[in-house]
Amino acid sequence: MSAAVIEVRGVTKAFDGTPVLRGVDLELREHEAVALLGASGSGKSTLLRCIDLLEEIDDGDVLIDGEVVTDPAVNPTAVRRRLGMVFQAFNLFPNLTVLDNVALAPVRVHGVPRAQAREEAHELLARFGLAGREGEHPDHLSGGQQQRVAIVRALATKPRALLLDEVTSALDPELVGEVLGVIRDLKAEGVTMLVATHEMGFARDVADEVCFLHQGAILERGAPERVFGAPERPETQRFLSRLIEAGRL
Amino acid sequence: MSADSPGAPAPGERQAYRAAAQRRRDRRGLAVAAASTVVVLGALAAFLVTRPGWDAFRSTFFDWDEFRSSFPSVLRGFWKDVQLFVVVEIVVLILGLLIALARTTTAAALFPLRLLGVVYTDVFRGIPTILMVYLVGFGIPALEDPSLPSNPLVLGGIGLALSYSAYVTEVFRAGILTVHRSQWQASMALGLTRVQTLRHVILPQAVRNVRAPLLNDFIALQKDVALVSILGPLEAFRNAQIAADQNFNYTPLIAAALLYLAVTFPLARILDRMTIGDAAGRRGHLLRFRRWWR
Repeated sequence: MSAAVIEVRGVTKAFDGTPVLRGVDLELREHEAVALLGASGSGKSTLLRCIDLLEEIDDGDVLIDGEVVTDPAVNPTAVRRRLGMVFQAFNLFPNLTVLDNVALAPVRVHGVPRAQAREEAHELLARFGLAGREGEHPDHLSGGQQQRVAIVRALATKPRALLLDEVTSALDPELVGEVLGVIRDLKAEGVTMLVATHEMGFARDVADEVCFLHQGAILERGAPERVFGAPERPETQRFLSRLIEAGRL
Repeated sequence: MSADSPGAPAPGERQAYRAAAQRRRDRRGLAVAAASTVVVLGALAAFLVTRPGWDAFRSTFFDWDEFRSSFPSVLRGFWKDVQLFVVVEIVVLILGLLIALARTTTAAALFPLRLLGVVYTDVFRGIPTILMVYLVGFGIPALEDPSLPSNPLVLGGIGLALSYSAYVTEVFRAGILTVHRSQWQASMALGLTRVQTLRHVILPQAVRNVRAPLLNDFIALQKDVALVSILGPLEAFRNAQIAADQNFNYTPLIAAALLYLAVTFPLARILDRMTIGDAAGRRGHLLRFRRWWR
């Protein structure tokens, strides 16, 4: 068994006294995809943000490649440089062109020469069907295109793992497919990823392991066929049946 | 109603019918706007000319010969105002941005800088601008240090810059605070430091957000440069005062007022376009006025 790229050990987090994560354990190994399922407010997003050190955890530890990164002595900026994060609302920089959105971090953070970074950004954008859009500003793109740019932006820094935070939740239904397609391709290329999602069909296809979060704790985990086919916990069963009613499965 | 029901006009006719109704509404709107303008301005004019002192008032404030004879010196003074305005505005923009940045720092070691920023804005915004000009203009020469500036125009400019940079600081700070938190997070997630995030992501958006209030402060400063006249330099207002005192005729002051207007008026129109444009960009075309008189 290869070493975990990301390991979460007993992480707790409370906002103003309200517990959001209650002792979460998780392992993400190289080339693996783990899907986080759970209702809104179950703590999926918070967990991803804690791993990327965008939130400070209360107890427990997060390890990246075996190194404890939640030690107060560790520089959080250096840790974030090793991970790529994609947000629900894209969070592209509206003041920059598509190309500059992608090339910003390679140039400013990783010291890649500008010409080379732009060249690589061009190639990456073209690979994800965004050729010809390089000079536009993000608000001229469709939601699906914007989210693909955001994925390219995260990939351009060659992260150890991608953290995807409900990346299709803000999209119109007909645009969801193009973004999910991109993530399927990435999985096929062996990109390590942790995916918070509401798309059950997608989780079933892509994930090596599914974790069901409920009120800040992982209640059930296992292979997607097992969790979706024969959920053990009543909370998981209820959650899945609600999704089926809503036509999301 | 189905399209082939009896009496229903073809789509083309309905469109023409609506356009005609719209034209009628427009004509009526224009007529009402014109009539009410004539009535209001006419009433104002009637009020003025029927005052007992109207004839004396007219010759004291609107004397063409006085206007012509005083205009060159007022214009010469105004050129000084414009130069002062440009220099002070540049200083104000730089100073305001630096203090705003100082106020948004978080590092513990920079606490004195933050404190200084708060004190600066509170103090210089709290003192009337005319008092600042006065205090600097007479305070610095009183130190009798030959290495300090003594030119009243420079001293007045310093007073103005202190006062206005405190306002502009708050404008910049508001702009920084209105950039959504998610922009910080996206940038930090990419591994950019706080300073890099400010420089490449937050500030460009912040400045764009506050273009209109910044221009508003420009306009205010453009007029307030006249305050340096209390220190004696021969700028537009001062020259107009001198000319007015010679013949006890206030027409030169009207000349100065027209010159200030000539500069602030275009600025105000640009500002209007900017704010309406921004609002229209956010809310579709709701605010793009179809007719200027509405």
